[in-house]
Amino acid sequence: MLFFPAPASFTGEDCAEFHVHGSRAVIQRLLAELSQLEGVRLAEPGEFTRRAFENGKIDLLAAEDLADLIDSETELQRRVAMAGQAGRFRNHVAAWRGEMLGLQALVEAQIDFTDEADIPADLSDHLAAAMAALSAKMHASLSDSLRSERLREGYVVALAGPPNVGKSSLLNALARRDVAIVTPVAGTTRDILEVRLDLDGVPVLLRDLAGLRPTRDVVESIGVARARDAMRDADLVLWLQAPDVDMEAPPADIAHKALVVTSKVDLAPVHASGLAVSATTGAGIARLLDALTKRAEAALHFGESTIALNLRQEAALRAGMAALRRAQAAQEIEFLAEELRQAATALHSLIGGIGVEEVLGHIFGRFCIGK
Amino acid sequence: MSNRFDVIVIGGGHAGTEAAAAAARLGARTALVTSQIATIGVMSCNPAIGGIGKGHLVREIDALDGLMGRAADMGGIQFRVLNRRKGAAVHGPRAQTDRRLYREAVAGLLRQQSDLTLIEGEVVDLMVTDQRCHGVVLGDGRALSAGAVVLTTGTFLRGVIHIGETQTPAGRHGEQPAVALALRLEALGVRLGRLKTGTPARLDGRTIAWDALARQEGDSEPEPFSSMTEALPNRQIACGITRTTPRMHALIRANIGRAPMYAGAIQGIGPRYCPSIEDKVMRFADRDSHQVFLEPEGLDDATVYPNGISTSLPQDVQSAMVAMMPGLEKARILRFGYAIEYDYVDPRGLSGSLEMKLLPGLFLAGQINGTTGYEEAAGQGLVAGLNAALLAGGQAPVRFERHESYIGVMIDDLVTRGVSEPYRMFTSRAEFRLSLRADNADRRLTAKGMALGCVGAERAAHFGAAEERFGAAMSLLRERQLTPQQAASHGIKINQDGVRRSGFDLLSQPNVDIVRLATIWPELAAIPAALARKIETEAHYAVYLERENENQDRLRRDEALLIPESLNVAAIAGLSNEIRSKVDSIRPRSIGQASRIDGMTPAALSLLAAHVKRLERRAS
Repeated sequence: MLFFPAPASFTGEDCAEFHVHGSRAVIQRLLAELSQLEGVRLAEPGEFTRRAFENGKIDLLAAEDLADLIDSETELQRRVAMAGQAGRFRNHVAAWRGEMLGLQALVEAQIDFTDEADIPADLSDHLAAAMAALSAKMHASLSDSLRSERLREGYVVALAGPPNVGKSSLLNALARRDVAIVTPVAGTTRDILEVRLDLDGVPVLLRDLAGLRPTRDVVESIGVARARDAMRDADLVLWLQAPDVDMEAPPADIAHKALVVTSKVDLAPVHASGLAVSATTGAGIARLLDALTKRAEAALHFGESTIALNLRQEAALRAGMAALRRAQAAQEIEFLAEELRQAATALHSLIGGIGVEEVLGHIFGRFCIGK
Repeated sequence: MSNRFDVIVIGGGHAGTEAAAAAARLGARTALVTSQIATIGVMSCNPAIGGIGKGHLVREIDALDGLMGRAADMGGIQFRVLNRRKGAAVHGPRAQTDRRLYREAVAGLLRQQSDLTLIEGEVVDLMVTDQRCHGVVLGDGRALSAGAVVLTTGTFLRGVIHIGETQTPAGRHGEQPAVALALRLEALGVRLGRLKTGTPARLDGRTIAWDALARQEGDSEPEPFSSMTEALPNRQIACGITRTTPRMHALIRANIGRAPMYAGAIQGIGPRYCPSIEDKVMRFADRDSHQVFLEPEGLDDATVYPNGISTSLPQDVQSAMVAMMPGLEKARILRFGYAIEYDYVDPRGLSGSLEMKLLPGLFLAGQINGTTGYEEAAGQGLVAGLNAALLAGGQAPVRFERHESYIGVMIDDLVTRGVSEPYRMFTSRAEFRLSLRADNADRRLTAKGMALGCVGAERAAHFGAAEERFGAAMSLLRERQLTPQQAASHGIKINQDGVRRSGFDLLSQPNVDIVRLATIWPELAAIPAALARKIETEAHYAVYLERENENQDRLRRDEALLIPESLNVAAIAGLSNEIRSKVDSIRPRSIGQASRIDGMTPAALSLLAAHVKRLERRAS
């Protein structure tokens, strides 16, 4: 962890940075732990930039760089949109927003127009039912959601096995370019190398791990430890065996997601069942890619109602649902109205658009206001 | 008489009177110019002050020592707190007033005001040099100069009255419109739009069969608007209630082509929340009846205001339809209802002090800014009057913020978002509704008014004493504490978490009030009932107020990031054309205001903020 005391930080305030292992599980866990702390929340979009502005820490050039970043984020969102997800998400939120607007209009009409419209005096049963229905819908969608980081990251495939089974050679063969240093000396790949593959439009992230063996080399042992983590995080582990290396079975903790592949089939004919490849001759590579594509497609498949959310979207939805729950529990109408406003603000932060004018418009369209 | 003033206010309606009084309270030598001194303080439409949201405005005006609350107390003949069964934050104090008594009260308060001169005459021209307003010219040729001018034209600016097929230029029933001034404003480059409002026929109360009608009484313990009112002077009266009928709806439908709105004779946009009866019948066709309140216009005035049937249908239709309502079969119409179209100025051309950016020295308040309602007009009048006096005295303007008052909400809405129909206050417009209450208007604003100098000595002393009592009672309540166990032994159930609760904390529990706490701590019985209610309300909202405070802090930070007036929007790279043109026409004064512009995005706001920051750095 790095601490940047004010004013010499990016925002000009006291800042701390956590430098953690890049695995999803670790980051998720850290965020989960941090969000348990009182007063800790995710930054709003652009909040660090905003604070930096407020404290006079950045100028226009810096801001333009940040604007580029913001754009690049939308570029990623565009990619997600091309997968049909952003539109679907927007439709979901727009539908909730429509219902929320109706709820707000009912409540606000009871506050602002009680004496001048024929508004039913007691809507509490109707309101309670409508809030419960909306809450249930949001909850169902959220539990069926997929994190869009996952979509961006792709289907993660780890290449693993004992040293010198040909992991890096296979990676190169799959990627069709030299990305890993491949030498016949065992233990060359000490860190994790990554290659992004586009398999028929399905994003796949191939990670070449250090060979797993007991070692006294400090650097190599770190690589081995990372490799074990990476295997645990992966969606699929390609567990390699080779005719010239002692056979080893996949570790028990990842056996359920391991696909055993025999490499270097050019060295010796293989009798084992399953996949067999040669990075040198290219034999079996097409079959392997085919198998990978099928598995990745299945894993990243979206159900009809599945939505993809990023962390901020999920946080906004959860905040909205929490406010809706408090609205359901509110005893008095002005508190109910306040919680609905909070819930609407959360949806607003996702797709924009519930201002008071809209609520009033809804009221005037629905009720005959005016003595 | 001198022709030189600090502030000249044009118009003697609710905006104009409040503006003139406010300017004079600040010590500015002020002139109020009106075409008829006798019509100062006239209520052109319904004989009532306050309501939900509007009552908040009246309380705030009173907290700043304005006229409206006191005048309504002097003229009030039926007081009712709307939403009484809901929480204090949405209580809407309202009073029906005796039209004559109210007008006399306003005129009387103005006469008592020092530094204020009333001048009868029509303003036909503005004195403008170097695109700056410094006086007015009257119809008789008199020229009056001033450091600042406040224009409150109401419905007079090129007003046209519609009744059926007939159109009559008029500012109000029987009064001439202000045409020369409208032309002059246009010549100065001010763009004018058209709005529309309406009023119902007035009935002769002596011809109404009251016995056949249901009645609506006021509150049994009427509450005055003004904290300076000790006792309400008038007896309280009841209203009658009748209904429109299917026969009447059929008549309206049969004649809808003769309604100017439907015949296409009116271009102005009317308010959706105050529809004419023909609008109600056409837009809500499934309803075969609407309620109509019969509100007496005075204690010794037979005129009755039928609230709910504003119309501009032809006179023969009005006569026939009134007779179709129960109890009104024989009712005589004293004056026919009408619609009125008038000019307004897009309020996005104003700064937060209600001064025109295009014409410094000229302030606008009331319907000319696209609002409707006496209270909205009075609130703006107060702000414009104060700022005109400050400008004339060479002082910085005073701002009213969204987090401190409904007045601030209204002004920010107007100057930032503009209007698409006549603007009326609703509590739903106030995002800090739970803290901006009618009951704490004094505590929110009187100290600000004292610092500014617009609060008289009498009110200041009254407020100081009230604050002292409030503070003493609060510290009494905060000092008295119980453990959860002790509370339970007194029958108050709270979480057994070991945390001590003060008397004030305990008040947020349901069914705990100060009377109840006085059984534990007898010294609390000394807190007077009205003060006890005030403190109970504070406690009731305390939990939510913490959250509101957080949001208020954020708002305050954004409001403190000022955008220089010299900002060249075209020089900001990366803004969309839409945002660029909006920022350029509205010219927000702060990043906070810019964030509320329709269509603003976080990325655009960041660019704007970065640009502003760089300008600042360059300047220093």
